[in-house]
Amino acid sequence: MATVEIRNVRKSYGPVEAIKGIDIAIRDGEFLVLLGPSGCGKSTLLRMVAGLEGITGGEIAIGGRVVNHLDPKDRDIAMVFQNYALYPHMTVFDNMAYGLKIRGIPKAEIRTRVDKAAEILELGRFLDRRPSQLSGGQRQRVAMGRAIVREPAAFLFDEPLSNLDAKLRTQMRVEIKRLQDRLGITSLYVTHDQVEAMTLADRILVMNHGVAEQIGTPLEVYQRPASLFVAGFIGSPPMNVLDGRIDDRGEAVLVPGGQRLALPQPRPTDAGRAVKLGIRPEHLAVAAAGFSIEIELVEALGADTVVYGRLPDGETLLVRMAGIPTVRERDRLTVAPQDGALHLFDAATGRRME
Amino acid sequence: MQRRVTFDNRLLPYLLLAPQVAVTLVFFIWPAAQAIWQSVHLQDAFGIRSEFVWFENFTHVLSDPNYLDTLKVTVVFSVAVTVLAMGVALLLAVLADSKIKGARAYKTLLIWPYALAPAVAAVLWMFIFNPDIGSFGRALRALGYDWDYRLNGGQALAMVIMAASWKQVSYNFIFFLAGLQAIPRSVMEAASIDGAGPVRRFLTITFPLLSPTTFFLLVVDMVYAFFETFGTIHALTQGGPGKATETLIFRVYQDGVVNNDLGGSSAQSVILMVIVIALTAVQFRFVERKVHYA
Ligand SMILES: Nc1ncnc2c1ncn2[C@@H]1O[C@H](COP(=O)(O)OP(=O)(O)O)[C@@H](O)[C@H]1O
Ligand SMILES: [Mg+2]
Repeated sequence: MATVEIRNVRKSYGPVEAIKGIDIAIRDGEFLVLLGPSGCGKSTLLRMVAGLEGITGGEIAIGGRVVNHLDPKDRDIAMVFQNYALYPHMTVFDNMAYGLKIRGIPKAEIRTRVDKAAEILELGRFLDRRPSQLSGGQRQRVAMGRAIVREPAAFLFDEPLSNLDAKLRTQMRVEIKRLQDRLGITSLYVTHDQVEAMTLADRILVMNHGVAEQIGTPLEVYQRPASLFVAGFIGSPPMNVLDGRIDDRGEAVLVPGGQRLALPQPRPTDAGRAVKLGIRPEHLAVAAAGFSIEIELVEALGADTVVYGRLPDGETLLVRMAGIPTVRERDRLTVAPQDGALHLFDAATGRRME
Repeated sequence: MQRRVTFDNRLLPYLLLAPQVAVTLVFFIWPAAQAIWQSVHLQDAFGIRSEFVWFENFTHVLSDPNYLDTLKVTVVFSVAVTVLAMGVALLLAVLADSKIKGARAYKTLLIWPYALAPAVAAVLWMFIFNPDIGSFGRALRALGYDWDYRLNGGQALAMVIMAASWKQVSYNFIFFLAGLQAIPRSVMEAASIDGAGPVRRFLTITFPLLSPTTFFLLVVDMVYAFFETFGTIHALTQGGPGKATETLIFRVYQDGVVNNDLGGSSAQSVILMVIVIALTAVQFRFVERKVHYA
């Protein structure tokens, strides 16, 4: 068990800067999720922690010890890969025992540790099988087992569930969560799936183009997105974003349709400023006055319904309602944001305005 | 899932198979049959009459003490060529597989020798190792080493082994490289995180995962060393000095074509055929068990 500190870490591939200075201190036993779109540098950052990529700038410390120049084997970490990366010519038992044998752990203890991991992961019946004789979910569990038996200071996961089908992914997600709660080992988990991030993380680091957009608990990231990027990336369906302007008194936001939305607190210093206004689809409700939309599409998801509406100026507005649909396409509807549901972002920088 | 292809024309399947069958018949079955036929006959010096002599040719060949010497040379030669060609190719493939600058040019260069005819390759070797005109040969002599493969049997054998291996290295290299590149990078990374250094990774991960390739090349290289090195030996040493580089295949040619003993030569080629078939069978039976097919 250990902390993992990443201090102003950078990575360049030739002239291309993949990681542009990331700072995060992961607490002992914490589950940190690196979330971001494909190509934003998540794997690169994780692989630098593992020692599989060189570090161009900055420092990484595991358990208080700077590891920049240590080999992967000396960093006391274990990693789970997206494609499992099992040793195809070894049995499940040998796959899990490989790292322990190398570290010179006595045979009896290896047996105990592997058996215990196999029990936790329900792999007991498969110990003599080769990876090719297992299903995808079972292989994933072997990869987890290989990490667990090592009892490392930290777990690193690189999109471990991406190769599984949707149902299995949900199931394994719960298993990983349970496992981490039980073992309490510091974990760094890479994913592009916001649901995985929201359900697994103690804290999420949202990444974009090699930069940390926001670091916070799942609820913080959802309730107070630090930028338009985060606002758009977290939440499904995504947040509505409208162009707006704060009125001359700093008391309300004016949107192109002529709507005037009162601000919870007056912002006299921002009077007249151009802003982006964010409203989550689930925070819009039918009201007497507000946005008037023409319904273009109704998606019935069962538990709730997503309505795609068009505003008078042509913008799309998504509304999420509980339960089965009560409206139909081409209906007209008036919706208004609930109290405290407005997010204001600087129109130029996209950063949140506090 | 199995797919069955059906032909409307009954003749077409046979027609499509015909070229392959014809090639096998003309270049393998027919000469093999002829060899077997001749191996139990004795021909007169002019090749006009021949007489059925049962296994006389075989007893004759096998009771010749020279034949046993040739067999010994062949074993040394074949084992050395196979080990050397595979070992060097594997080493080069491992180097080419690692991230190095100019890997492409390096790979292309390594493949070239395979495109060379054995006799041309042998001439190249001669120009390098000839004690009078070869650059390396002269250098050796200048250094005071008594290099002359035309007189020293051990040196001659070493040279044909090197020349024959060199030609096969290219072929082995391509297969080893393909085999190495088929191993997922993440598997090697997992091993290094698990604590394995480069040598251990090679021994416990790379080598076992390469075993299908290694096994295939083992069979191919043995057959190469037994049969296809005739051109190299013929051009370089003609089996000499004495009989120091005379392998079974070279002796078949020597006795049959040069000494005109068709019966004895045929008996030898039948023996050679049996040896190679037996070797291949043994390899499949015992070595293949240890092979892991992913
Ligand atoms: N070995 C490499 N050489 C050059 N560029 C690379 C290399 N590895 C990754 N990159 C680049 O770095 C960026 C981040 O990649 P990666 O960390 O794999 O993204 P993610 O895991 O978030 O999808 C990408 O733009 C990718 O093209
Ligand atoms: Mg990735």
